[in-house]
Amino acid sequence: MTNGIVKMAGAAPFSFFSDIQWNDIFKASNETLYMLAFSLLFTVILGLLLGIVLFLFSEGQLLQNRALYGLLSVIVNVLRSVPFVILMILIMPFTKTIVGTSIGVKGAIPPLVVAAAPFFARLVETSLREVDKGVVEAATAMGASKGMIVLHVLLREARTGLIAAITITAVTLVSYTAMSGVIGGGGLGDLALRFGYQRFRLDVMIVTVALLLILVQILQTAGDMLVKAFSRR
Amino acid sequence: MIDLIDIEKVYQTGKKSSFIALRGINLKVEKGEIFGVIGRSGAGKSTLLRSVNLLERPTGGTVIVGGDKLTELTEKALQEKRKRIGMIFQHFNLLTTATVRENIAFPLRIAKLGGSRIKPRVDELLELVGLTAYQHHYPKQLSGGQKQRVGIARALANDPEVLLCDEATSALDPQTTDSILSLLKEINRRMGITILLITHEMGVIRAVCDRVAVMDHGRIVESGTVLDVFLSPRDSVTREFVSEVSDAFGSEAIDAYRAQGRMVRIHFRGGQTYEPVLYETVRRTDATFAILQGTVSKMKDVPYGQLIVELRGSDGEVDRIIEELGQQGLEVSRL
Repeated sequence: MTNGIVKMAGAAPFSFFSDIQWNDIFKASNETLYMLAFSLLFTVILGLLLGIVLFLFSEGQLLQNRALYGLLSVIVNVLRSVPFVILMILIMPFTKTIVGTSIGVKGAIPPLVVAAAPFFARLVETSLREVDKGVVEAATAMGASKGMIVLHVLLREARTGLIAAITITAVTLVSYTAMSGVIGGGGLGDLALRFGYQRFRLDVMIVTVALLLILVQILQTAGDMLVKAFSRR
Repeated sequence: MIDLIDIEKVYQTGKKSSFIALRGINLKVEKGEIFGVIGRSGAGKSTLLRSVNLLERPTGGTVIVGGDKLTELTEKALQEKRKRIGMIFQHFNLLTTATVRENIAFPLRIAKLGGSRIKPRVDELLELVGLTAYQHHYPKQLSGGQKQRVGIARALANDPEVLLCDEATSALDPQTTDSILSLLKEINRRMGITILLITHEMGVIRAVCDRVAVMDHGRIVESGTVLDVFLSPRDSVTREFVSEVSDAFGSEAIDAYRAQGRMVRIHFRGGQTYEPVLYETVRRTDATFAILQGTVSKMKDVPYGQLIVELRGSDGEVDRIIEELGQQGLEVSRL
């Protein structure tokens, strides 16, 4: 093989990492970010809708409906209780009909969304429950429709809780993406498994873990900053 | 303006148990008046107020506001109607994520007014409640009284014909309560808006209301003009409320007193409050009098007084005095 071992001509302390193929790391980082971005996008869209509906159907809320709430609740619980590695394999046929393939980075996104959306939906439901019922009542008394109440009162008043929920979900998704190596999903986790674990490349392991750690730190810090910026309580 | 007919509200608390919050309520609030409903907590007054705009739908009876039968409206029509019924709350219920200005603009946006019409209207309302300087503050940065002013401005935004006040001053200190009550009175006078308020404080009723209904256990036990109910309460619940606002109405001071003459309680109201009616009447006889206890005050804008007086003189003279006082429009009752 001619490609590859870029020897770093640096000082001795760096020689431990001198065998690393940085373009592999770069490619894997890109894949992780790609999976994270798209799965987070669809998770937020679907989970938000599901969370709002769950909340509205729950007891004492605008569309109170015990049967529908129970049904949705069971679905959410089932999806949340299947371990991600197994869920990924279980829904492969579904994945294939949606994105055309059940492997690779693309094939990883549907299972990521299916696993994270119910989790996020529960967080949304809890955030909406935190909104003062009095404000909803005031809006009802003003003649606001249910749609307006959801848009202009519930989502608005719950926004810091929702941002925090997105942050938690994003961090969870980062760790889920690491498991997608099982279906050849790629990304940093996959690299860590294939090189760091199966080939005893401790250097690759350390770099990938460090990168994942930095990614999680950035997500959490950004989330916290946004919560602070939007907090009016 | 508001007509509640045979309102019933039953809460199903279990499969076989239920709780009756309102029993056969009939209430008529006239256009332009300030009507107060007073009761202890749990008496049903809050449920009653919420029935008016159907925040709580009664299980029986008819609600009519401004000629529209609310209980028969579709959801869409009810939403439209609610825009003309303002409401303020004990805990203000403002959007915490919106500024004062945005909170006041909120009902206008719900009514789908254009931005060019919202701005001047909000300016006007800010001016009315005296919060122009605070328009860019968030509720968290305001005092309780200021928050309630925002609540009032918001409730008035769509020019309502009726304003419902749900314990609007119960979370405020006495001075702030006074300022909010004067604001409500001013709004009522200037815009002719009908106000229905509920409270557990007789002071609120006395300060602003024209008429009052007293509630207990889901029923209206007594109602009438505030002065009538206040001066001659019939129900025991009413008497308790009345005794809260005037110590002088109690009889502690004269309990141990052994009168030589005859003790009477005299009520007078309106212009007579300031006239020497009692003195002039007694002077025409040989009798004398001693004031044992007395109070002179105002009910909303009507002055009134109550005296407990001992009349000393012959039986004939005392009878004559009582008769003449009665002829001059004073209410005299023997103790």
